Amino acid sequence: MYKYDQYDQAMVDARVEEFRDQVRRRLDGSLAEEAFRPLRLMNGLYLQLHAYMLRVAVPYGTLNSVQMRALGDIADKYDRGYGHFTTRQNIQYNWIKLEEAPDLLADLAKVEMHAIQTSGNCIRNTTSDQFAGAAADEVIDPRPYAELIRQWSTFHPEFSFLPRKFKMAVIASSTDRAAMRLHDIGIEIVRNAAGEIGAAFYVGGGMGRTPMIAPCINAFVPIDQMITYSEACLRVYNRYGRRDNKYKARIKILVHELGKDEYTRQVEEEFAHLLTQGIEPPLAELERIQAHFADPAFETGLSDAIDRTDPDFALWVDRNTHPHKQPGYAIVSISLKPVGGIPGDASADQIRVMGDLALRYSFDELRVTHTQNIVLPHVKQADLYALWQVLQANDLAAANIDRIGDIIACPGLDYCTLANARSIPVAQKISERMAAKEQEIGELKLKISGCINACGHHHAGHIGILGVDRKGVENYQLLLGGCEGADTSLGQITGPGFDEDGIVGAVERATDFYLAQRADGERFLDTYRRIGMAPFKEAIYG
Amino acid sequence: MAEVQFRFRDDEPVADPGVTVDAFGEQTNAAAVRIEPGDDARDLLPHLDRIRLVEVNFPVFGDGRGYSAARILREAGYAGELRAVGEVLIDQLAYMRRCGFDAFAPEAALDPADADAAFGRYGEVYQPTVDGRAPIWAKRHGIAANG
Ligand code: SF4
Repeated sequence: MYKYDQYDQAMVDARVEEFRDQVRRRLDGSLAEEAFRPLRLMNGLYLQLHAYMLRVAVPYGTLNSVQMRALGDIADKYDRGYGHFTTRQNIQYNWIKLEEAPDLLADLAKVEMHAIQTSGNCIRNTTSDQFAGAAADEVIDPRPYAELIRQWSTFHPEFSFLPRKFKMAVIASSTDRAAMRLHDIGIEIVRNAAGEIGAAFYVGGGMGRTPMIAPCINAFVPIDQMITYSEACLRVYNRYGRRDNKYKARIKILVHELGKDEYTRQVEEEFAHLLTQGIEPPLAELERIQAHFADPAFETGLSDAIDRTDPDFALWVDRNTHPHKQPGYAIVSISLKPVGGIPGDASADQIRVMGDLALRYSFDELRVTHTQNIVLPHVKQADLYALWQVLQANDLAAANIDRIGDIIACPGLDYCTLANARSIPVAQKISERMAAKEQEIGELKLKISGCINACGHHHAGHIGILGVDRKGVENYQLLLGGCEGADTSLGQITGPGFDEDGIVGAVERATDFYLAQRADGERFLDTYRRIGMAPFKEAIYG
Repeated sequence: MAEVQFRFRDDEPVADPGVTVDAFGEQTNAAAVRIEPGDDARDLLPHLDRIRLVEVNFPVFGDGRGYSAARILREAGYAGELRAVGEVLIDQLAYMRRCGFDAFAPEAALDPADADAAFGRYGEVYQPTVDGRAPIWAKRHGIAANG
């Protein structure tokens, strides 16, 4: 994993001091709230309904045990003993005091962490594949490229006041586990016929009010020009992205209004100019970073066989482990979705326990997933049972990855000032109602957003739920058929919305109908794609 | 017009008010021009040799188009004064400096001590820009700074 050198450390330390100074000026009144707002946002500090919320960056979702333990300690010291893992592979704390925020950032800096650019109209924390470095299907580990982008985008002087927020994702596997095409820039690291590594650029995707799937604007940018190409994409956006209407300010609207071809032409022109400016880090820098991501010392000659006599354990293995590139190892997903729980929440103790488990069983590494779970990327098959027992003892052993209980939900009206409706109680009710049928239903991704901003990725859910405000009453729209990944599609609204209990019933009718209709081996999404909306609609409203 | 509060140049400041980008092409004797956020800085490139002052206006600090305008001019070799005017605040100063601004005329005067701290806050930078500072990667690999 990446380790800071003195330069990286100097940057985060300077940032802590800068923020301390900004908070001082805010508290003594010399800095007005309007001017402070974008500054605190660039440090991930939001004013929520009840308190400040602080969002901590977890670059490309990768953490070590010391960092994870520190996140647990911060939950105790500055919050009410909880942390909330988000769809941006980050962690948020919901009960932060402004006066204490600089100390919190200082605690983070001690473990090489920060909250830089986790909010605001700037380049946000870069996300990646949660199985990076462990999955058998990747071309190469995408994280060094994401780290290169992290450094380039940190305090970028030209792109800190963009028309709107800007999210980038980097993957290196055709199995897209990071919803890459739903980002402002999605980069897929690819290998061409000559065996060279390059970056395919997908620009202008996003969710929110106007969901769009990013088109590919350049299928192969040589890897030693990736940063320059990114800079060109951003410069065209910074100059011409709309600033008259914040709902039209994302790059997806610019790409859409100009047309993919015209946007691409402008980028290529800017790119040709920027190539003369010497802004690309040398390949030696990429290689330096790559050395940090070398494989851990895997044992060889191990068997994949495990003792499956305990049925609960066997179920958990089937649901929550994934094939590893190294024989004898598995990728473990720890579900933060117990029945009736708050999706993505973990207590300080649970966070520390997961950190300890990573140290003991996973070469000191964890990942945060965009589905609000935690991954231990490198666990020996022979250790799975012992690991599972610890998880069980800590209420972390829900066997439901990619099942209907593995719900993505944004904070919604319980915390968020922008919300139209609550997300969390709906998630809890669905999780409880559907628990008994969960295994029978099989793979089903359910995603809930409390408003059109779509932080809960409802467009990309096999079943999506969107909270809206209907004459002052919380109302929920149901969407079917969304999907992220290689076959990305956007969900369609079924029809009139429901109240809180109604939406739970509607989800149940949709899944019951699927169970009655499914052909052999079909997932919910497959059945929906085969038979279409009309019969589902009838089953739901009929 | 707001006073120039910070200036990082030794030459004599230009006193003329800047003309608009549109008017500039025709006024062949003008030496000062003012860029608004919607203007294309590249329209000035044919005239760089006779420009001594470019004011870049930030009507609101959150409109970041002026950062691109500044860099584009410097990348094209413009060496005259590049002045940020309008809503120029403490915490934007360092970014502006990195994009090539060398004079600042904030609408509301800034606290000099806070401004000083802001200009000097970051001893290291990750990206090379037109300001000639060596980025961190250049130091890591012993590469001389460009520009
Ligand atoms: S989707 Fe809306 S309600 Fe949910 S977190 Fe985002 S802004 Fe808040």
